[in-house]
Amino acid sequence: MGLEIDAVSVRFGGLAALSEVSLGAQDGAITGLIGPNGAGKTTLFNVVTGMQRPNNGTARLDGRDLGNLSSYKRARLGLGRTFQRLELFGTLTVAENIGVAASIAQRGIWLTRSKSRINEIRDELLDRLGLTAVGNDRADTLPTGTGRLVELARALAVRPRVLLLDEPAAGQNSEETERFSSVLRSLAADGLAILLVEHDMDLVMNVCDTVVVLDYGRVICAGTPATVRTDLDVQAAYLGTASGSTADA
Amino acid sequence: MHEFIIFTIGGLSAAGIYAITASGLTLTYTTTGIFNWAHGAIGMICAFTYWQMSIGWGWPSLLSLLLCLFVVAPIIGIVIEAAVMRRLEGVSEASKLVVTLSVALMLLGIAQWIWDPTTYRALPPLFNNETLILGSIRISYDDVTILILALVVAIGLRLFLYRTRMGVTMRASVDDRTLTSLNGSSAISNTRNAWIIGSMLAALAGILIAPTLTLSASALTLVIVNAYAASVIGRLRSIPMTFVGAIILGLSIAYSVAYLPQNPYIQGFENAVPAIVLFIALLILPQSRLRGHRQLRSREFAIRPTWTGAGLFCGGVIIAAVFLATVVSTADLFSLNRMWGLAIVGLSIIPIVGYAGRLSLCQLTFAGIGATVVGHLGAQGNPLSLLAAAGVCAAIGILVAIPALRLSGIYFALATAAFAITMDNWVFQLPAFNLFGHPYAPFGSGSLVFAPFRIGSLALTSKASQFIAGSVVFVILTLLVVVLRRSEFGQRLLAMKDSPAACATLGMNGRASLVAVFAFSAAVAGVGGGIYGMALGSASADVFQFFSGLSVLLVMVIMGLTSAGGAGTAGLYQGSPVFTNLFPSLTQLPLVLVGLGGVGVGTTPNGTIPGSLRPVWLSVVRRRWLLGLILTVVIVAWVLRLAGAISDWPMTIILLVDLLALPVPAYVVDYRANVAPPAFGLPERRSKEKRDEWFAQAVPGTGPVATGDQVPTLSGAGGASGT
Repeated sequence: MGLEIDAVSVRFGGLAALSEVSLGAQDGAITGLIGPNGAGKTTLFNVVTGMQRPNNGTARLDGRDLGNLSSYKRARLGLGRTFQRLELFGTLTVAENIGVAASIAQRGIWLTRSKSRINEIRDELLDRLGLTAVGNDRADTLPTGTGRLVELARALAVRPRVLLLDEPAAGQNSEETERFSSVLRSLAADGLAILLVEHDMDLVMNVCDTVVVLDYGRVICAGTPATVRTDLDVQAAYLGTASGSTADA
Repeated sequence: MHEFIIFTIGGLSAAGIYAITASGLTLTYTTTGIFNWAHGAIGMICAFTYWQMSIGWGWPSLLSLLLCLFVVAPIIGIVIEAAVMRRLEGVSEASKLVVTLSVALMLLGIAQWIWDPTTYRALPPLFNNETLILGSIRISYDDVTILILALVVAIGLRLFLYRTRMGVTMRASVDDRTLTSLNGSSAISNTRNAWIIGSMLAALAGILIAPTLTLSASALTLVIVNAYAASVIGRLRSIPMTFVGAIILGLSIAYSVAYLPQNPYIQGFENAVPAIVLFIALLILPQSRLRGHRQLRSREFAIRPTWTGAGLFCGGVIIAAVFLATVVSTADLFSLNRMWGLAIVGLSIIPIVGYAGRLSLCQLTFAGIGATVVGHLGAQGNPLSLLAAAGVCAAIGILVAIPALRLSGIYFALATAAFAITMDNWVFQLPAFNLFGHPYAPFGSGSLVFAPFRIGSLALTSKASQFIAGSVVFVILTLLVVVLRRSEFGQRLLAMKDSPAACATLGMNGRASLVAVFAFSAAVAGVGGGIYGMALGSASADVFQFFSGLSVLLVMVIMGLTSAGGAGTAGLYQGSPVFTNLFPSLTQLPLVLVGLGGVGVGTTPNGTIPGSLRPVWLSVVRRRWLLGLILTVVIVAWVLRLAGAISDWPMTIILLVDLLALPVPAYVVDYRANVAPPAFGLPERRSKEKRDEWFAQAVPGTGPVATGDQVPTLSGAGGASGT
């Protein structure tokens, strides 16, 4: 089932940031969302997570209409996200960042939460994303690439069903990106639906099962990486003209 | 009808003044993003300067007026902007708010220093009460002038902001500061212009309103609350709506004076009208949208206390209390005794402001509520009345928090200020009313008497025993705060302060946590009020006034908003007789010093204790022998003093050297060895290995260059570009 976005439109004054955008992210699959800067990718994430009210259209999670639910309620239904501009808990350590998220997922009142379970989730995620070495560093002292991994770990700590990743590989070196793509694949293998906004085309073409291209707030193309790569509209959107080269940006 | 028209004109005239001052406030806020709590204080200083020139020195009124408006006010604006506001990059919202608060307190202190508040001064109206007669209605020329001036300001601001180059760039810098400066307009000059114009408007309003009040520094500074109400109705953005707000406010004050029934319960209500209008305006504000923000490296942090550290601190507090209780003279102890109550109020600031990042300005008000509960329930000296005070304050805290916490940043601070002022002006002044069948007057008939606490058969009648008991309560509450910080709940509060957007997308509804922490803080403050009352013996509502609360807050900011040591210092500073003993003639010195210290918060955002004293003392704790030595010296000094071998001053000097100077060499050694973090604004030290490691990470491929590797050269690059 996963996430379905149905005919979402957002206007900022006279500017149509999104026009009738529909797309879906299936369970166990990685859906890439690409497009030039200003195409509306982050706005779409904001709509899905309840941070931006759409003028029209809806998002559904496992068939359930998210309507006007507030952000935290959507998150409790299983919607997780990371941010393009990092939103770490800067004054806490990396381990605490993940621990706070894990404790939120446990809900219940303070005393009934299992401390050991929280620590277990935290340590597992630190290990999975290779963050153990920086576990006790303050989050705002990290390089951007590592910070993005912490955001991912934090989002995973609440055990989401659908994960929205906003340029998670920006600022990572090639080694980190390599590790990151294997993490993404294993998450998808666990059954998560992943919607990935990314400018690193190698990463997108490698890991995504489906790719959707946005341009000026409209979906101009959707399909397998191979189809998208050869699509003329996509090339025009990225390069300005329909020349014969690939759409690597 | 005749009466109605007269009150309407009076209300409109007041509205004119509020509009002038509020539009200055709005202008500064929209162009600089800084909410100027000192706006009223600037007007106050200018009104006093005007009095000094025109009455004190007998200069012509017009000359004095022009000098005040076009020389004094702009200079104040320029100085504040250059000395204070430019250093606030990377400082949290709460600290930014505190900085202008400290400017306000400092100006208040300076004014009371120069112009002795016990002398009566009055500014005559501009036109000596001459009136214009329209039919059966007499309107004073002053009212007419004010209305005309308000119109001139409204039209002038509009023309300035939309027709002049300076005004347009100022508006542009509101939309995007960086972009405006990239387009060649200096952000600094925009900010400076905003402060100059803001100060001039504040000065004009101060001079206009002074004749209707007596020339009192605190009254004139508080007039700003009226302006806040008007500005908030204009949502701190729209100057036309600010004028509408001013009219609403002016008329509601005038009509409440005219038409509310005259009885003792309503009397204070009239003074509270501006605060109540402010509160209502805040509540109908639409809630701000959740949005992400650019992550800056925050210069502030809340240290996670260790149990060892907390234990050492608490042990030290108790030892110090016993020490002082046995050494200090009874007369001084009487005054020193006040410190624990205020220290606990300081402690109550830590969870809500230090951890949750919400600037609460009503902690001393909760202490006042707690004091009334203890005064009424603890008449037999029952210490359980402290728990009752905590409970009542927590309950009231929840009632205040539920509407107020949907607001954030400046709006939350304003809501708590409105609550504090309403309590000060109205509720605390109420005569006895019926509460659950018992007559209950918050502060009796003027002041409330507190019985010494009894524990079993032991009554804490001596000042020394009260002093030690106060320190014990302080220590217990400190440990509670430590538990809070170390708990998951404490981490959530910090997380929410760092990124509300991330919290929401993780599924956390922060509202409940915030209500809980606000109630907790209120409860702690309530206990502090009870202890404070007991130390004073009898207390009037004045003790718990808004401005006194600000001083406690400011000392906390200076020493460290997350530091229990800061709370202790706040109590010591406000409660101890040190300043009055050392500088008996300089009664305003503490206020001015606090203001000055608060102004410096931009340079040391974490406060002195976590930033400087803590690293130094960590070096002591690392060397147990040094800790032992320092404690031994304390004990020796104590014994010598008790035996009468040394007097107070030698003892003080020994202690100061022992506690402040002895740890420093240890710290210097640790700092040079790169073990201790930099304190006192020292630069961060990096070892060579660390630097190399960092560089290798930051620039991949650097490292020892193998022979034979292709090294790009300048000539090669030049050749490739071709000519």
